[in-house]
Amino acid sequence: MSKVGVFVCHCGTNIASALDVFKVAEAARALPGVAHAAEYKYMCSEPGQQLILDAINEHGLKRVVIASCSPRMHETTFRKMLKKSKINEYLLEIANIREQDAWVHADFEKATEKAIDLVRMAVAKALKDEPLKAQTIPITKRALVIGGGIAGIQAALDIADAGHEAVLLEREPSIGGHMAMLDKTFPTLDCSACISTPKMVDVGAHPNITLLTSAEVDAVKGYIGNFTVTIRKKANYVNHDICTGCGACEQKCPVKTDSAFNRGLSKRTAIYKLFPQAVPSKPVIDAESCLKLKNGKCGVCEKVCPLGCIDYGDEDRLVEMDFGAIIVATGYRPAKWQRMYDEYGAGRYADVIDGLQFERLVNASGPTEGHIARPSDGKAPKTVAIIKCVGSRDPKKGHAYCSRACCMAAAKHAHQLIDKLPGSRVFVFYIDVRTPGKGYEEFYDQTRKDGAVYVRGRVSRIYKEGDTLVCQGEDTLLGKQVRVHADLVILETAMEPSPGSGALLGLLGCAKDADGWVTEAHPKLRPVETQVGGVFLAGACQGPKDIPDTVAQASASAAKAIGLLNKDEMETSPMIAKIEEDKCSGCGACGPICPYKAIALEKIPARDPGTGKKIERLVARVNAGLCQGCGACTVACRTGAIDLLGFRNNQILEEVDALWL
Amino acid sequence: MAVDFEPKILAFCCNWCTYTGADLAGQSRMKYPENVRVVRVPCSGRVNPQFILRAFRRGADGVLVCGCHPGDCHYATGNYFTRRRFMLMRELLEFNGVDPGRFHARWISGSEAAKFRDTVSEVTRTVKALGPNERFQEASGEES
Repeated sequence: MSKVGVFVCHCGTNIASALDVFKVAEAARALPGVAHAAEYKYMCSEPGQQLILDAINEHGLKRVVIASCSPRMHETTFRKMLKKSKINEYLLEIANIREQDAWVHADFEKATEKAIDLVRMAVAKALKDEPLKAQTIPITKRALVIGGGIAGIQAALDIADAGHEAVLLEREPSIGGHMAMLDKTFPTLDCSACISTPKMVDVGAHPNITLLTSAEVDAVKGYIGNFTVTIRKKANYVNHDICTGCGACEQKCPVKTDSAFNRGLSKRTAIYKLFPQAVPSKPVIDAESCLKLKNGKCGVCEKVCPLGCIDYGDEDRLVEMDFGAIIVATGYRPAKWQRMYDEYGAGRYADVIDGLQFERLVNASGPTEGHIARPSDGKAPKTVAIIKCVGSRDPKKGHAYCSRACCMAAAKHAHQLIDKLPGSRVFVFYIDVRTPGKGYEEFYDQTRKDGAVYVRGRVSRIYKEGDTLVCQGEDTLLGKQVRVHADLVILETAMEPSPGSGALLGLLGCAKDADGWVTEAHPKLRPVETQVGGVFLAGACQGPKDIPDTVAQASASAAKAIGLLNKDEMETSPMIAKIEEDKCSGCGACGPICPYKAIALEKIPARDPGTGKKIERLVARVNAGLCQGCGACTVACRTGAIDLLGFRNNQILEEVDALWL
Repeated sequence: MAVDFEPKILAFCCNWCTYTGADLAGQSRMKYPENVRVVRVPCSGRVNPQFILRAFRRGADGVLVCGCHPGDCHYATGNYFTRRRFMLMRELLEFNGVDPGRFHARWISGSEAAKFRDTVSEVTRTVKALGPNERFQEASGEES
């Protein structure tokens, strides 16, 4: 009988206070195949691990069962520990008596009984464990960063500075993201362009960075260290290899359409640069508004281009590139409040704008060159209402979550109004003021001292009265209805996942939460990793974030990617499908069920069982590099030739049986 | 039926979604009945209908198979197979005299700890109401 050692962890009092760890160890000792059982306060600690290693030597243990926290927590820890012993690290089973027992049950006796069951199941499975050996695969030393906002820019620069190749992918014609639209950044009021555009230029000039703008991810294959990504370079109708960005075309283009970069507050031409400091500093044609591309008439840009860069026949091109690591930095979009808040005019009032529109209004390179002017009549507002939590903390109309950056954005906007329009009055409607961050509370305090009036309450209605917009709501501190006659209303809108990010996460196989944000591998301990190996996340794609947090996370994510790319090869999980060729009939039922195309039929030499003649027959073969170990094929196999190492049929059946021993 | 009957229910949970969700229920200190024992599998698509039959033969009062939501499978498509397989499985069990209320397949994501708690509670309630699984156990107990 194979000797199993069972080790029951108290986890301090986490487990020991909810169930009888001594009784569990005692019950384990009586199980068939168990040669030794012990309990200890912290099995994962150094003395705990030493206790296990010593017991392995002392009792000649061949397999180990640890009853502790979830295997998702410490399976890797204990595998590493076993590498120091004579036992193969896969001869290990974890009985999850913390997350799925001690923490969820209040009845001491029943929790103990369940723990004993879980240990019995783990022992039964451990007895069928077999030594496995991890394979090594080479790592492609190149990272893909998806999204060219400040998160993607920072991550790409960090990776490139560490000496690895980075490809920065951006679907817009320029990198820069939302930060490029901002006027100033809180709490220091740095000019946003002054701190972000140099980084953009660095990206464009870095020898290790390949910048792909107007590009999107079309397909993703492979796995950690070995991704193959199909990138769609969207047609932009301008040959950027020869274009110098002189701008002659933009000056002559007759089309005027809303500038998305200026949030609809100004017009742009059909051939355009996203904004003056765009990187790359070259124009593209927007096919939806270009007269030539729509109906064949015009062609002015082609005529005026001195270098012949215009190519109306340009088409989307697909390129395949290999990567070892991928960073998702797809950011956010401001919520479409018009659809959520009919009571705020649903977009009928030109002078109800969102925070990002205000950024453009107050920005020296914006449509008004920094003069705060009402979109309706161009007059400077005297009274401004700022409404926070529009779409945030409002599960009925928008989202339950807090968008984090808006409290400070509101304080900044209030400050800018008071600063630029002396004598103006600013009212900020709020639910709570949340200013955790270095220098944030001080900034908010100063804004109030400067004269911003904070009113606690939601605005229930905005209506027009003459030339003004009346914001009606309850001041919940006074318990009274208040009306503010404002010339301009700024809505601090919620952040939402960037459109299209859901589809991208689907391609990558990453999970997203109910709101669509990327789910991290662990909310506290693995905050920049996704559940997919080799795919990391940075910035607001994970949830609402301000710039300091975004940049910090981007660097953290880059560090993770660099750590991966620094290795020449890595170990892969040996828990993959295995085919017994003798049993395989070559029917091929397994092939189409495999999500990774890891199974293919091959001809092997054989003998005809009747005549004894040499023949060829088909058998299925698993590509160990592609197989991810899901086990779907095992169920499809008609002859039972395929099994999944680490989760073999007989192992799972033993577990089932053990429950009713 | 005995009021104090405590059913034993076996749950196959995929490692990436439901097992994570169950862990989260623990981290959130949610409480649910002690009747469920979880077997961790990489994917709900790994669950062979044989496993379920075996559990019923051995005396499981109920079986639960849980995986990622359709479209969200860690392995891209595994749970689509699960879905089709267990639609058939339910009918097969019913045909063989096992009350379909003893077998459940649910989609629970890694963030849906509350759904895990509620599912376990609901399945336990349902199975408790059905009483011990004697019929299937006896019928096949002799041959094995």
